[in-house]
Amino acid sequence: MFTIQNYVLAESPEQAYTLNQKRTAVVLGGCGWLKMGKQTIATAIDLSALGLDTITETDTEFVLGAMVTLRQMETDARLTAQFGSFLADSVRHIVGIQFRNCATIGGSLFARFGFSDILTAMLVLDAQVELFQEGRMPLTAFVQMPRDRDILLRVYLPKQKLLTYYDSYRNTITDLPSITVAAACPNADTIRIAVGARPQKAACKEFALPSDSTPETLQSLAQEMANAYAYDSNMRASAAYRQHLAKVFLYRALCTLLHKEG
Amino acid sequence: MQLKFTLNGTAIVDDIRPDMPLLEYVRSKGCYSVKRGCETSNCGLCTVWLDGTPVLSCNTLAIRVQGKTVTTLEGLQEEAAAFGAFLADEGAEQCGFCNPGFIMNVLAMERELQNPTIEEIRAYLVGNLCRCTGYQGQLRAIQKYLSRHQEEKA
Repeated sequence: MFTIQNYVLAESPEQAYTLNQKRTAVVLGGCGWLKMGKQTIATAIDLSALGLDTITETDTEFVLGAMVTLRQMETDARLTAQFGSFLADSVRHIVGIQFRNCATIGGSLFARFGFSDILTAMLVLDAQVELFQEGRMPLTAFVQMPRDRDILLRVYLPKQKLLTYYDSYRNTITDLPSITVAAACPNADTIRIAVGARPQKAACKEFALPSDSTPETLQSLAQEMANAYAYDSNMRASAAYRQHLAKVFLYRALCTLLHKEG
Repeated sequence: MQLKFTLNGTAIVDDIRPDMPLLEYVRSKGCYSVKRGCETSNCGLCTVWLDGTPVLSCNTLAIRVQGKTVTTLEGLQEEAAAFGAFLADEGAEQCGFCNPGFIMNVLAMERELQNPTIEEIRAYLVGNLCRCTGYQGQLRAIQKYLSRHQEEKA
C-alpha cells in the first residue's frame, strides 16, 4: 500500500497539471494498480471533481472522460449500439465487476500497462486522447511516447461502423492476460490489429487483406501478422507460446472479420 | 482531513489520513463484515456499495467517499438474512469468511440484472472467490433466491 502526505481534489485541469509537475506527485485513477506498490506520494491528485466521469457523444464521436470506469464503458448502451460487444469483450475478464467499478479508463490508458486489455482494444478503434498540455493526439502516437507528467483528460472514439474482433488468453479466468488481440477492418482492403501483453504494451499495425480467403492464405497472413511483433517470456507465458497464441487469435480474427468459420 | 459521508444510513463526520483505505476505515467504525482476504484486489471479500454500486473497499480511499453513501452488510441485515437462508439450505457455506462480500455482490446483482442467465450470474460474481465450499451450491442458492417470488405465486 502507498502512503499519501497531501491529497488534493483538483478544482481545474490546470491545477492538476501544475501540481503534477513534481516527481513526487501522482494522479489517482482507480488505485487498483497503485495500491500494489509501496511508494510515498507527496501529493495525490484526484480528478473526481472535474466532471470527467461521463460518456457523451457528438455526431461524429463518443467522448469518454478519464474518470469513466471500465464498468461504465462496458454497460453503456450507446457504445454497445455502436461497437457491439467489442468493448465489453475487452474488459469482461478484468478481475470482477467490483474492480471494474473502480478502475478508470484514464488510469488504464495513461499508464500504458503492458497487460492492458483496454489499450489493445482502443488502438484498433482509431481512438484519440486529450492531454492537458499536448492536446489531442492519436492513441497510436500516445502509446509510443515516454510517460510524462501531462494529464489525460478525455478519450475520443470515432463513430465508425467497424467489423471488430477481441480476444485474450489467460492462464486462469480473471488473471492478467498472457496475450491480448484486437482487430478491426477500417475498409474492405485493410485489417488493423493490436497485440498486447507480449508482455510489452500493445502496438497497432495494419495489413492488406488478401484477395482470396482460403484457410491456407489466412493461416499464412495470421503467421505473418504474429511474426511482426516481438514477444518476451515471464511467469505467465514464454515468448514462443505468446507468439503461437497470437497467431491463433489473429487467424480467428481474420475468419471472423471475413465471415468465415473459425 | 475532514471526511463527511453516510455509512449504513448514519451521517459521519471524521478526521482521517488521506491514505486510509475505505476497508480499514469502515472496520474502525465497527463494520467487521468487511474483510481483507487478499492483497491483490482479487478476492471480493471487501465489497461494499458506494452510492449503490458494488466496489472493492480495498481499492477505494476513504477520502474519496466524501459526500457519498456507503453500505456494508451491516446495513442490509434483513435482506442478507433472507439470502443467507437460501445459502444454508443448499449447504453452500462452510467457513463463511467470503460470505459478506459475496452477499453484497449478489444483492447488487439482483438490483442491476433482470432475470440473469447462469452465465450472466457467473460473470457478475467472478470477482468473489470462495476457497472452501465451491461455487455450485452458491449458484443453486442464487437461482432459488432470485426465483423465490415466482415460487410464492405458484
